[in-house]
Amino acid sequence: MILESIVFYSLAVASVGSALLMVTRRNPVIAALYLILNFFCLAGLYLTLQAQFIAVIHILVYAGAIMVLFLFVIMLLNLGDERKLSDAISPRKIIAGGLSLALLLELLSIFVTGTEGLPEYNADQALQVGTVEYIGKQLFTKFLFPFEVTSILLLAAIIGAILLAKKKPD
Amino acid sequence: MEITISDLWQSAPMVSLTLTGLVALLVESMKGGRTTAVYGLSLAGCALAFVFSLWSLGSEVIVFNGMILQGGYASYFSMVFTSSAFFTIVLSRPYMQRLHREQGVLYILILFATVGMMLMASAMDLIILFLGIELMSVCLYVLTGFVRTKVTSNESAVKYFLLGAFATGFLLYGIALVYGTAGTTNLKLISQSFAQLSGNSLFLMGAGLLVIAFSFKVAAVPFHMWAPDVYEGAPTPVTAFMSTGAKAAAFAAFVTVFIRTFAITGTPISEVVAFIAAASMILGNVTAIAQSNLKRMLAYSSIAHAGYMLSGIAAGSAEGETGILFYLAAYTLMNMGAFGIISWVEQQDDTKLTFDDYAGFSAQRPVVAAMLSVFMFSLAGIPPFAGFFGKYYVFLAAVKADLVWLAVIGVLTSVISVYYYLRLVMVMYFRDGNATIEERVPGFAFAVIGVIAALVILLGLYPSLVVDISKTFFKL
Amino acid sequence: MYELLHDLLGDSLLVYVIGAALPLLFVLPFAVVAVLLEMKVSAHMQDRVAYMYTGWHGVLQPVADILKLLQKEDTVPAAADKFLFRLAPFLVFMGGYAGFAALPFSSAYIGSNIDLGVFYILAVSSLAVIGLMMSGWASNNKWSLFGAMRSVAQIISYEIPSALSILVAVMIVGSLNLQEVSKFQEGGIQNWIVFGGPMPLLQKLLLLPFTITAFFILFLAGIAEVNRTPFDLPEAESELVQGYNTEYSGMKFAIFYLAEFANMFLVSGIVVSLYLGGWTSPFGDVMSGPIWSFFWFVAKGMFFVFLQVWIRWTLPRLRVDQLMYTSWKVLTPFLFVCIFAVGLILVL
Repeated sequence: MILESIVFYSLAVASVGSALLMVTRRNPVIAALYLILNFFCLAGLYLTLQAQFIAVIHILVYAGAIMVLFLFVIMLLNLGDERKLSDAISPRKIIAGGLSLALLLELLSIFVTGTEGLPEYNADQALQVGTVEYIGKQLFTKFLFPFEVTSILLLAAIIGAILLAKKKPD
Repeated sequence: MEITISDLWQSAPMVSLTLTGLVALLVESMKGGRTTAVYGLSLAGCALAFVFSLWSLGSEVIVFNGMILQGGYASYFSMVFTSSAFFTIVLSRPYMQRLHREQGVLYILILFATVGMMLMASAMDLIILFLGIELMSVCLYVLTGFVRTKVTSNESAVKYFLLGAFATGFLLYGIALVYGTAGTTNLKLISQSFAQLSGNSLFLMGAGLLVIAFSFKVAAVPFHMWAPDVYEGAPTPVTAFMSTGAKAAAFAAFVTVFIRTFAITGTPISEVVAFIAAASMILGNVTAIAQSNLKRMLAYSSIAHAGYMLSGIAAGSAEGETGILFYLAAYTLMNMGAFGIISWVEQQDDTKLTFDDYAGFSAQRPVVAAMLSVFMFSLAGIPPFAGFFGKYYVFLAAVKADLVWLAVIGVLTSVISVYYYLRLVMVMYFRDGNATIEERVPGFAFAVIGVIAALVILLGLYPSLVVDISKTFFKL
Repeated sequence: MYELLHDLLGDSLLVYVIGAALPLLFVLPFAVVAVLLEMKVSAHMQDRVAYMYTGWHGVLQPVADILKLLQKEDTVPAAADKFLFRLAPFLVFMGGYAGFAALPFSSAYIGSNIDLGVFYILAVSSLAVIGLMMSGWASNNKWSLFGAMRSVAQIISYEIPSALSILVAVMIVGSLNLQEVSKFQEGGIQNWIVFGGPMPLLQKLLLLPFTITAFFILFLAGIAEVNRTPFDLPEAESELVQGYNTEYSGMKFAIFYLAEFANMFLVSGIVVSLYLGGWTSPFGDVMSGPIWSFFWFVAKGMFFVFLQVWIRWTLPRLRVDQLMYTSWKVLTPFLFVCIFAVGLILVL
């Protein structure tokens, strides 16, 4: 469908563009806002793949909660301009940049060539897999153990956060 | 597809330790919660989990819908982790009391980190592997920054956290690519289709990213940058825990994925791992010579040891696996012992950590000095201590897998390492000075270190103890 | 609804545009009515009469207000981040308005019949939070920034009780789609979820205390999420001038107001759909059908809007710490108990 490819390409361009802008902006608040835009584009891409639940979770958790708290912290710390933090170009940076570029090219070439013989999904399967019912059922049957482990992980993270953030170190 | 009671019963080590952690948390949060109670509870939990692991060593099963392996390999590592946690808890108490920073949460976090390690060793699914690594890492980040009043502790925690989060990114990306090509996260299914997958460049990329993530966790060159700073800044018992339990867990996961699941012998992955191993051995040992701070010296030595063990993984054979298993047991013991003694001598203000501070130590504390010497000899790989046989098995596996050059580098760098390990022994015995431990050495911790020293010698004399375990019990 | 449009216009972009614009036909007149309601109710509660000159008893006053706002100068502070400053009110309105897509106005009309329903509404309303944050920061004014921070902290905190209380109803119905939830409650007032839903009598009685608790908490959290008294700290005029919209004037200011009223109805709509039968008639089959169901939905919704106005002019404002305390230490634990109990009752 033409409409679908229009949606896909505009979202794809917007997400790559916002990601690039996020990295290059000097002002942390603006950068964070671009990251939020990026999350929304990604959520849109998930929707084109029929993954409704993931899309909504992505917006609710990342764009809605985490990024807002992130902005909150940036504003509280009043991190004005990042320019003061950046230093001049050093040989180390050039090497790092070169290696990153090599990795990027390698990944790109692999994504172009290496996708043959992969398992394929048709539209019906994708439609079925993306629903809340399906994810819920999988989560509470096949993946019940990882689900429970996640609760311990979150508990440990909460304990840690409270311990480090407590006002009075006693 | 439900969790049954037998599933829970078969994973008794993990379940019991988790429950202990939760109960300890409740005790800690109660009004007037006694730290001593949490301390005792945590020790009891570790001991109980150890006993459960020992008991289930012979019965290997895959439980929870193919998610985790219990018994055998997992039990062996559970024993290593629980002993490491036990020793850490014992050593932490006097250390934290001296700093007036003792809190029950410390022990609880150690317990949860241990649960994460157990998950890493028993994972039969990449999701579990990821969750285990995260559970362990999150606890370790907090433990590293536990002494909030100390700048170095905070700094190292932030450093560890930022780099660790980055490594997690690599891990997830790798898992995503492996999942994308294999169509499953189950390690058993991946191992069945490995032959056809290994030709796929996307899959290899995923495996490569996994190598990066694991190399970070074991602190191998070139992903080692965090280790010296974090080891130096963290409270010394936590450093001990990180360099033993956490390293063993990372290797357990490494072995699970790259030996037990992927048959990497002769693939590009093996070459990459061999290169990382060689680089770690050379850089770790050479840099360790230049250190004057003992914690930093041990950090670089731990990088070098990661290199030795990685040559077992590069071999990709059952011998390599056995070698790593033995090596990890020995390394856990000797490093724990060394850090234990250092954490006594260390002063509150981060002094008494250099070689010179140990001048004349043998005259002051002959028994402690003797034990420290045992650990140093063992770390250097001098027979008949445990460290020697670890190296022997690992290098043997490398030679058998046609990686003679790697074994040669290993032996040569081991020779270099003798210099800095024995330098400490030399300072203790042959240089005059007035090294003093002002505080009385706590009896229980002292006894525990003694036991560790005895075990190092015992393993050196009877290395077949561990080797037999892996030959007899590991079938899956 | 889309089926009808599809049949009329075929598969074209126009269908989607019209479909998306339909709720606007409701929201705009509603805002006008709500402004009047707010003024009249507040006046009569304080023994005044409010507008009397424009039209009969001043009913045309909101229209005059809108015309006035349209002519006002649209000021942008010199030190503001101009682009974000202009963008913010639209994001705030979009966050609320997008939620209307999943709200079942009648048995025959729901903007988008997606499975995720109420979950989707929760997600898109986070857009409004970002808009608020943006407006506060871009204004470059300390009161705006404080207001925005307060509102964000408040909305995020109250998202937890509201999500949990939504979960209570969703657990009973077994669907997130609000259309399904409304259908589930058909057959009269006794089948509404707040009264235990269409369950066997014993189960109903057991569920009753928990559903009523969850219903009240949902409404309370809803008021907090639209930043209205007693939770209107973000624009506490005695402390912060006007909060995050201090620097706004003219139409942009009006859009903030429009967003607030749209959100008021959205919150009421969620409460009504989940706990009070949605568009179903309270008398069973009497007075049901697509047109009647639209009436019932709007009537119930308007009642809750009225309730919000009523509360606003009755109660004083909370303190920040009281606000957070209520959310985290009172409402959330209560809801955990509710969820646990409801789950237990449903399983047994």
